[in-house]
Amino acid sequence: METPERFAHIPGWGADLDPADRPAYPKERIPARLPGLHWDKAPQQPETVRVLRSTERDGQLTPVFGSTLPPRGASGVLREAAFKYSENDLRHWLILLAADRTDMVEGLVDDLLHGHVPNILGEMGIRAAWKHDRAGVVRKAAVAAAIAAALIVLARRRRTR
Amino acid sequence: MLAMNYRGPYRVRAAHKAEPEIEHPNDAIVRVTRACICGSDLHLYHGLIPDTRIGTTFGHEFTGIVEEVGPSVRNLKKGDRVLVPFNIFCGTCFFCRRELFSNCHNTNPEATAVGAIFGYSHTSGGYDGGQAEFVRVPFADIGPTLLPADMDEDDAVLLTDAFPTGYQAAEMGGIQEGDTVVVFGAGPVGIFAAKSAWLLGAGRVIVVDHVEYRLDFVRDFAQCETVDFKSVGDMAMHLKKMTGGLGPDICIDCVGAEAAGNFAQTLTGVKLKLQGGAATALHWAINAVRKGGTVSVVGVYGPTFSAVPFGNAVNKGLTLRMNQASVKRHLPRLIEHIQAGRIAPRKVITHRFALEDVADAYHIFSSKLDHCIKPVLLPAGA
Repeated sequence: METPERFAHIPGWGADLDPADRPAYPKERIPARLPGLHWDKAPQQPETVRVLRSTERDGQLTPVFGSTLPPRGASGVLREAAFKYSENDLRHWLILLAADRTDMVEGLVDDLLHGHVPNILGEMGIRAAWKHDRAGVVRKAAVAAAIAAALIVLARRRRTR
Repeated sequence: MLAMNYRGPYRVRAAHKAEPEIEHPNDAIVRVTRACICGSDLHLYHGLIPDTRIGTTFGHEFTGIVEEVGPSVRNLKKGDRVLVPFNIFCGTCFFCRRELFSNCHNTNPEATAVGAIFGYSHTSGGYDGGQAEFVRVPFADIGPTLLPADMDEDDAVLLTDAFPTGYQAAEMGGIQEGDTVVVFGAGPVGIFAAKSAWLLGAGRVIVVDHVEYRLDFVRDFAQCETVDFKSVGDMAMHLKKMTGGLGPDICIDCVGAEAAGNFAQTLTGVKLKLQGGAATALHWAINAVRKGGTVSVVGVYGPTFSAVPFGNAVNKGLTLRMNQASVKRHLPRLIEHIQAGRIAPRKVITHRFALEDVADAYHIFSSKLDHCIKPVLLPAGA
């Protein structure tokens, strides 16, 4: 196929114009082109930690699954509760988000209990921010200070009433 | 081992973690040599994705060297250099048999709404990712691809997600010769979608964003036109004026949940999390594309709902196509494109960080500082 003059400056223009050259055409291609496949049914990975299952799974585990960070603590209780609702139910996702925020607090407590005071500003990338966006850091610090001052003033007013 | 460790929204650190182990006969353990941070990792970083647990290691774009294989692994051995698609898939389920590897049904018990992805929360299966020294790679006989001997590893790491996703985004548009294609988003995926649109025979390619250095980059990399949406009043009207009043044939959303450009969308979708992200780019895509056109979506959104002008999509007779990329099916063809010199994906890499500096890397990428387009993390010895 000849590349039209107006596209001559674009390397590879039209190389995949023909659908036959498009790797994802058609959308569903049977059988799959997976030369390394040598099983009909994968063996089951053993379950050694608690893994939550979508309600759509009828309590079954997939043959392979992630085993990291099983649910724990208050956030774990929330996660167990969230999984009682289906993926179709907004409560499933909102409770999981609440669990995530609870987990964040538990993570801070966990750090302190293990004798580690987290460098929160460092974890937020303060070093990079100071190097590349000093004005932004100063602005955010000023806003934070202003909010803190306002809260202190409001608290004092409430006490004197 | 040292690994990226998520501590809460906007907080990450490099910390010591137990090395992964073989848990299934077809697992491999890979020693990571390159791990990119993806734009979608920022949704995790910002706390938008439900079931992102404290202590998770992110990272679904990585290359490495096989360190150990399980007893049933036949196609890999210790010392092999591999690139690993971000999808974890079984090869035999209803979806894998149709090459829809990103929709595998056998690797994620926690949700059927999404397939399994490395380091992308428990909603995507609860697997640790590759922003670490070592990573567990399930179904090692079909997932990883051996690095071609003549390929730069910086090109290879972009074959794990960004380039295949950009390519699939363009391919889902059903581009025919001479079509006008608009890509929303000048991040790495949008940059690759724009270039891929030309490979598929587009007649005109326009990229929309508001970050000047990224628009400058994509103009040069993908030989396309650009629009800064901050200088435009009404995005859909502007694109229609650019295209003879009809609108582009195809609009591609390479932005997803944290789209800028509309205060109400950002407030409800990002700040208050009442939606699964800000649907601004999708809104513009639906309203800008011509009647009978196609909207292709690879932008990542949360699992709840998104406010978009769906009635307009119906009345205009649009085709909507979307998915996570099934990386493995694209790899042979995309490797050919790189080897033929049609594209050099490595050019989008702008920053390299030691794994220890992961907090700085995330902040720079998230805040778009120092002209960052694509950062890569390097574990010690990489």
